[in-house]
Amino acid sequence: MNLLKVIIDFISNQILGMRWLNEVVGKLLKVLFGETFAQGRWGLSIQFFIYDFIKIGILLCVMIFIISYIQSYFPPERTKKILGKFKGIKANILGALLGTVTPFCSCSSIPIFIGFTRAGLSSGVTFSFLISSPLVDLGALVLLTSIFGIEIAVAYVVAGLIIAVIGGTIIEKTGLGNNIQDFVYNGESVDIDSPELSRKERIDYAKGETLATYRKVFWYIVIGVGIGSLIHNWIPKSWIQTVLGQNNPFSVLIATLFGAPFYADIFGTLPIAEALFAKGVGLGTVMAFMMAVTTLSIPSLIMLNRVVKKKLLIAFIVVVMIGIIVIGYGFNAAQIFFT
Amino acid sequence: MKIQALGGCCKKSTANYENAVEAAKLCGVTDEVEHVSDMNEIMKLGVMATPGLVINGKVVSSGRLLTTKQIVDLIEKAK
Repeated sequence: MNLLKVIIDFISNQILGMRWLNEVVGKLLKVLFGETFAQGRWGLSIQFFIYDFIKIGILLCVMIFIISYIQSYFPPERTKKILGKFKGIKANILGALLGTVTPFCSCSSIPIFIGFTRAGLSSGVTFSFLISSPLVDLGALVLLTSIFGIEIAVAYVVAGLIIAVIGGTIIEKTGLGNNIQDFVYNGESVDIDSPELSRKERIDYAKGETLATYRKVFWYIVIGVGIGSLIHNWIPKSWIQTVLGQNNPFSVLIATLFGAPFYADIFGTLPIAEALFAKGVGLGTVMAFMMAVTTLSIPSLIMLNRVVKKKLLIAFIVVVMIGIIVIGYGFNAAQIFFT
Repeated sequence: MKIQALGGCCKKSTANYENAVEAAKLCGVTDEVEHVSDMNEIMKLGVMATPGLVINGKVVSSGRLLTTKQIVDLIEKAK
């Protein structure tokens, strides 16, 4: 049992967390610029920046490749057919699970919403799918493991799935899910057989997605790592503790409300989450921040606005935010209770 | 041979269409490649994720940006 823990810790810290890389960069800076500079604020900032940027870059490329390969088995057209076979809470849960593995870019979210609705999928299932998509990510699971360890990473994913399932169910059961624009219903549902892909085609697809995602997310990572570096080395711990620390009962609320209007890819939020956590911010507060930033984005809300009526759009935003806040307080409490 | 490149929303879809045009030329297909960007038309074909490619009414690719070579292979298979 002990050996297993050693192995998991090794994977968490050295393979995913790449702590050895931090050491290497630190030594390199010492050699190039001398001990005083390397240990000073600027030196440490630069060290963090280089180490975190490379680490996230490598993790991103490896993760996106593997995930895209897996996702090539779950095109939206197939997901729609699978979900059509289930009813009730089972369908919601499946919708949330498939939401994490079905790939689609933001411009496909409208056709997917329309397609699901016309196929007769309940609003609950469709929304469970839409909520879990940005919220729960296989990539997030791996990246969170690198910072917080596997138990917390799994807890994050489970929490996200729960928000998606409950959120979708609430939207449907309260009848809010019926506030969909009329044109969405006007049309038939077409099922197609998704083309079977060869291994080479899957690899090509995964390669393409890796490159495209890296390019798209590059600046989010730079900014995220920059802010993380700032928090690590420049902002006093006491400031952060006052606003986001465990002694501030509003920390989760602040983190959620502050994070919601911003959007960043999860890879960009990680260095910030890392830095905040290191400065003693509660686990739940950090998670709430990450979830708020990655789930609600202006482009996706604009898209959603075209297919649902205002009432439902607001309901969607409120349900997701409340879910995040509840999870945030829950994890903060669990952290205090268990440590 | 009727080739339709689906997608009008972003750079990927445009690139997919351009690759389809090039591939059609390389394979000697004389019929013009149709660029379908209307969402309703795309959904009528059963596709939800763009870019997509349809050859003679059959969806051969959805949600992937295809290279010219990949489209050439698909056209040859359809002949």
